[in-house]
Order: sequence, then C-alpha cells, then structure tokens
Amino acid sequence: MSGEIIKSLIVPAHPHPVLCPEKNEGWQRVRDAYDEARRQIEASDADLIIVYSTLWPSVIGHQIQADPNPEWVMVDADFHDLGSIHYSLRIDTEFAKAWNQANIKRGLESRTVSYHGFPVDVGSVVALELLNPDNRIPAVICSTNVYSNRAETTVLAKACMDVVKAQGKKAVAVSVMSLSNRMFTEPIEPHEDRIHSLKDDEWNRKILEFLSEGRLEDVGQLSRTIHDQIRVKKVVAFKPMWWLSAMNDNRNDLTGEVLAYEPIHGAGAAVVILNPESNGTGDKEYDEDDVDYYGGDRDVLESNKDSETNLQINSGPELYDPVEGANAVNTNKAPKPVGAYPHARREGDLIYLSGVGPRQPGDNSIPGGPIKDSNGNPLNYDIKAQTRAVVDNIARILEEAGSSLDKVIDVTSFLVDMDRDFSGYNEVWAETLGKVGPTRTTLAIRALPTPIAVEMKVIAKA
Amino acid sequence: MAKGGIVAGCLAPHPPHLVYAENPEQNEPVSEGGWEQLRWGYERLRESLKDVDYDVIVILSPHWQTYVGTHFIGVEKCSSKSVDPVFPNLFRFNYDLSIDVELAKAIHDQAESEGMSVKMMTNPDFRVDYGTIVSCHMVRPEWDKPIVSISSNRSLSYYSVEVMQEMMIELGKSTAKAIEESGKKCLLIASNSLSHRHFVTETNPPEDMSKEHITSHAMHLWDMRMIEMMREGKSQQIINEMPEFCEQAIAETDGGALTWLLSAMGTPSEPAILHGYGTIIGTGNAIIEWPCRNWGA
Repeated sequence: MSGEIIKSLIVPAHPHPVLCPEKNEGWQRVRDAYDEARRQIEASDADLIIVYSTLWPSVIGHQIQADPNPEWVMVDADFHDLGSIHYSLRIDTEFAKAWNQANIKRGLESRTVSYHGFPVDVGSVVALELLNPDNRIPAVICSTNVYSNRAETTVLAKACMDVVKAQGKKAVAVSVMSLSNRMFTEPIEPHEDRIHSLKDDEWNRKILEFLSEGRLEDVGQLSRTIHDQIRVKKVVAFKPMWWLSAMNDNRNDLTGEVLAYEPIHGAGAAVVILNPESNGTGDKEYDEDDVDYYGGDRDVLESNKDSETNLQINSGPELYDPVEGANAVNTNKAPKPVGAYPHARREGDLIYLSGVGPRQPGDNSIPGGPIKDSNGNPLNYDIKAQTRAVVDNIARILEEAGSSLDKVIDVTSFLVDMDRDFSGYNEVWAETLGKVGPTRTTLAIRALPTPIAVEMKVIAKA
Repeated sequence: MAKGGIVAGCLAPHPPHLVYAENPEQNEPVSEGGWEQLRWGYERLRESLKDVDYDVIVILSPHWQTYVGTHFIGVEKCSSKSVDPVFPNLFRFNYDLSIDVELAKAIHDQAESEGMSVKMMTNPDFRVDYGTIVSCHMVRPEWDKPIVSISSNRSLSYYSVEVMQEMMIELGKSTAKAIEESGKKCLLIASNSLSHRHFVTETNPPEDMSKEHITSHAMHLWDMRMIEMMREGKSQQIINEMPEFCEQAIAETDGGALTWLLSAMGTPSEPAILHGYGTIIGTGNAIIEWPCRNWGA
C-alpha cells in the first residue's frame, strides 16, 4: 500500500465566494475557480482532503480536528454582515488520530480535538464548503502553530505523509491562505475592491508566476521575504508554503495552474492547483535543513531538564582510559571507552575497532540527543545525527591508526529501534560508508550501555 | 438626566484556565483547581465592587479581532456555547447574556462622528468571543448586568503601536463621552494579560501548578514595571512605553484594550489597586482596578 499527494491547492479563506460571489466579478471568478478545483478533485481518485488552515491558530503545538461530524454555524468576525455559513463536515477520524500519533513520534507537540461546538475556522469552512460540498470525500483539518518555524512545519508535513503512505491514501493537500493579507481598514463597496497596493499586487503576481511554473519550493524558500514584504503580522507567518512544499517532498518541478487571482477586501485571493507530474524544468535547489524529528522548544515546562539530561549522560557507565598495549590504537579524539579495552587494535594488515557510538570526546554529549532521560523515559532523538557522529568517530580512530574511512572493509551495526531508525541510519550510511562499499550487517538489539541508538563494529585495512 | 460615568476601570485578563479552575456550572470541563493567586485576585476585585452600583459592563476583548474598523455587538440577547479554539479541553462554556445595544450604538455613533471606522454586528448567529466571556464571568459571575462588547481593532498589524494607541485613545474618549451622555454608570474592562509568551506544551493535568511560572525573567521585569506604574498612577508613562512593552514582552496590550481603558478614564494619575498577579501557561496576568468612583469630580 502506497499513498501519495495527488493534488495540492492554495485557496483563499474569506467568506465572500460562498456568501456573495455575485456582488463582485472578481469574487465570482474566485468562486468559479473554486468550482473548477472541486470538479478536478471529483474527477480524481482522491479519498482524503487535508486542510492546513492559517485561520486556526494554536499555541500548544498543533491541533487536528478529530470530531467525525463537526457541525455549527460560522459567522466571520469581520464580515458578519454577509451572513452565516451552516457547516456539517465529515472528518476522517482514523487519519486524524494517526497523524497525531505520527506527530508525537517525530517529536512534535500535538493533540486531536473532538468537542461539540468547536469553532471550525472560517478558512476551513469556506474551503470545504466549496471543494467538498456534499462531504463525498472525508477531510482532516490541522491548525497553524503561532510559534512554529520551518523545521517544525516541515516535520508536521512529514508526519502527515507518514500516515498518507501507511494508509495508502490518495490525498489532496490544501493550504488555506491569502497571498498578500493587507485588507482595507474601512468598509468598501464591492465594486471598489482592488489589491490594497501596487506593491502587494506585484509580489502576488511573482508568487503566482512561480506557482504556475510548479516552483513550490522556491516559494517556500522565499516565504520569510514574502512575509516581510506583503504580509501584515497577524497570528501566523507565510508558513503554509513550508507545509505544502514539504507535503510535496520540497519539489520545484510540479505542474502548476493558477485558476484565479482576485482581490477580496484588498487581500490577494488566489486559487492554485499543483499536480505532481513533473514539468521538466529541472531539479530543486534545496538549501535548508531537512529535518526529520523536531527537537526544538518542546520541553519548556521541564525547567531543569537539561541539567538532568546532562547528569544522566555523565553519570552513565564508568568511563575508562583506553587500554594501552603493543598493538593498541587509542586517541583522545574519540570518546572514552565504557570498559577496559582500546579504541582499536592492529593485527597484521587489518585494524579491528571496538564498538563505536556517537558520544563526543571531551564532554561525552550525544549529537541528536540521548534516547532516554535519567528516569528511563524515552526522549526524541535524531538518528541521522547520531549515525553521522558514529561515522565521524570511526574516521578519527582510523586516522589515528594511519588508515581512513575508505579502507573500511566490514561493518556490523547495532540499532536499538530498528523500526524507527533503520531508514535514517541507512540514509546516512548511503552518504558516507555506503560510498566506500564495505560489507555490512545490521542487528537490532535491546540496549547499549549509554543512551544511544546506534553503534558500529568496524574492520578496516591498515 | 444625570450624567453617566465610569465607576471603575479594570484590567481583567481572560485566560480560560481561570473559569476552568472555578468549575462553574456553565463550563463542561472539570478541574481540580489551579491558578489560585489569580482567582483569589478576582475574588478581591469582586469584593471591592460588591457594593458599587453600576448599570452595564463595557468590555474590549482582544479575542474578537477585527481588521475593518472597530465593531460592537448589536444583538440584545446572545445565547450559545463558546469553545476556545486554542484550549478547547479547558473551556466549553454555555452562555446566555444581554447586550446593552443602546449604549453600544451610542459609543459607535460617537466614534463614527469622530471619524473612526466602526460597525454594528447584528448577525444573530454570531458567537461572543471567549475573552469577553471569561473576563465578564470572573468579574461578575452572576451575569446579571448587560454588557457592551467591543472588538479589538488590529490596527497594530497594519500600522504600528503608535497608530493603534492614537485610535484607542480616540475610542476611549468616545466611550467616555457616550457613557456620560447615556446617564449610565459603567464598569469598564480591558480584557488582556500583560506579557504574553506562552509555553508551547501543557501539563497533565493542565492545573499542575508545580510547572507554572513566567516564561522568562525579562517578561517578569516588564510585568512588574507596568504594574508599578499602574500602582503609582503613571498612566501617561504606560502609554508612552507601550511600544517597547508590546514588542519586548509580546504583550497582549497590543490589542488596544489597556490604552482604550486608560483613555476612557482620562489617563488617570490616581493609583490603581493591584488585586492579584500570576502566570498562566507562562503569560503574565494582573488584576487591576482603577476605582474612579472615589476620585471625585
């Protein structure tokens, strides 16, 4: 079973296309574009609509709607005079719960919400009312965390994709957002509507030029600049593009189509469809950290956590000076052993290394974080960072022995969580020792002496 | 007709945690308590106002956010359920309240005559924001007074704190004038916290007070500075320092409620009464009363 994103949409959030499209030709064109997007979704084999709404801000991590049938009457805070929208949505509760769990597994703060009367935000209501009016396709809605940065938003998308793939979904990803979001601060007549400023209009058109060329990741990388230029500080930055780009594997060669671009009370309202077919324009230039696990500001309530963690690291097994001997190879550039043995031993033309982990020489810290705290409670950690640190330690020991990584001939690797970590470990392997080509055996084991996730036993030529 | 007036102005923050911790019958979630320093502060405020005669509560809440001017609820009876979209686990409150539409319209008209962008909200399906409900409940849990609900014009987002303050000072003056002409005695509430950097995780249970503290020392210093100025009657200095406070303490005063309140009271030099201070999920919250009724003409 293999799921995928079959379409990505950028749609506006204001209620005008639902409540009064006939009052302005541009609002009607937005409505028509919404209708066209709906027809394209209906013609596809989509079985899930995933909504990331900038109008649902959250503080405690991200929230995911899990009520199977949220119902209420939505009235916009500003445009209440346009009328009310009675909504009754169909939510894929199973997906919502699985996404929540995937978020937690990747280090995010996350929770589902399922409460009678919960105020589904205007953006989600408008998008689902127009894209999925008969609830033919179940949906899931996620909030936008007001503090999240790109790393957190990227991990949110990756967790979502974990579930899309695991459940074999054919999903449509929807970012509900304005482009420029500066509205007129006074009421206007419908016929007076226009983009608030020429500058906003020019930026909007540049964004749409990129999107029409399928250059989603380029827009993602420009998000901070765009935010500075044409976004007023409301509750969220221009981060939906980060989410949408990560949902598409940060691709820059999608096939894009701009169905509409119009002002709604001065803000830039666009309906854009991005399809996964490559437009053949070439590969992306992805120059940001590609984060798999979020290890950021997530344990602020544990004010003494850092000291506890350090204590745990430093109060683990007793550390030894490496054993000296005729053929021993030792270096202060590698972490101290946890027993009476050398870092390596030279026998003939071969060098046998003792098991090497990611601990750092000197402070004994663990790149990517320890796997558990002093009480044995599991912690989120970055297997790729740990694996890279292991390889670096191996390189230092081999260098001390007069050898190098490219002379490694056999490796036995030990992972404490094969299900969780094999993929990340394997990725780093491919980037490093995989290019050298040693034989390799990977074993799952219950534990290692220190709170690390990976260790390697190496044989190399001298 | 006798002139109306402001009997007191209150800084009355609205974190839903306080209602959650009180376990009123209107709220669905049930707690074991928590945030007693602030709840007892509200208790002291209620005691201070116990014998004060007033007709209506006028409140400006930062959680009814409007970008197209300042709005006023213009529906006489509002009854529904308010669910906090950020803390739905804590606050699902069934409310039934009355609006003093006449006074709301009078303030609206006065502000409009001064050139402000204003609008009456007359959609009967509109849900009252949870900030308004929390502050009103904590100040007057009997719900026996009509309210005037004023939105938070997010002019800060479009312009600057300075422009926001200019607008809120004008709105405050319009509010005071309309109240005076109405002949009504009013209690004014600015529904906001001070420093406003949240924690991004939540304890289990949420009322675990062993984990509650201010997010940073800098936030504490700013909160204490603002409170001290309130206690010393330095309203104008508060307004003067508001831009730095909003920026450096990520203060919820950016919604304009405090500036509006100070302006409506005539930027008082009389000292305010601190009834309580505490943190809620890392944000700084003070319950302050300006007892205008005692200041004479």
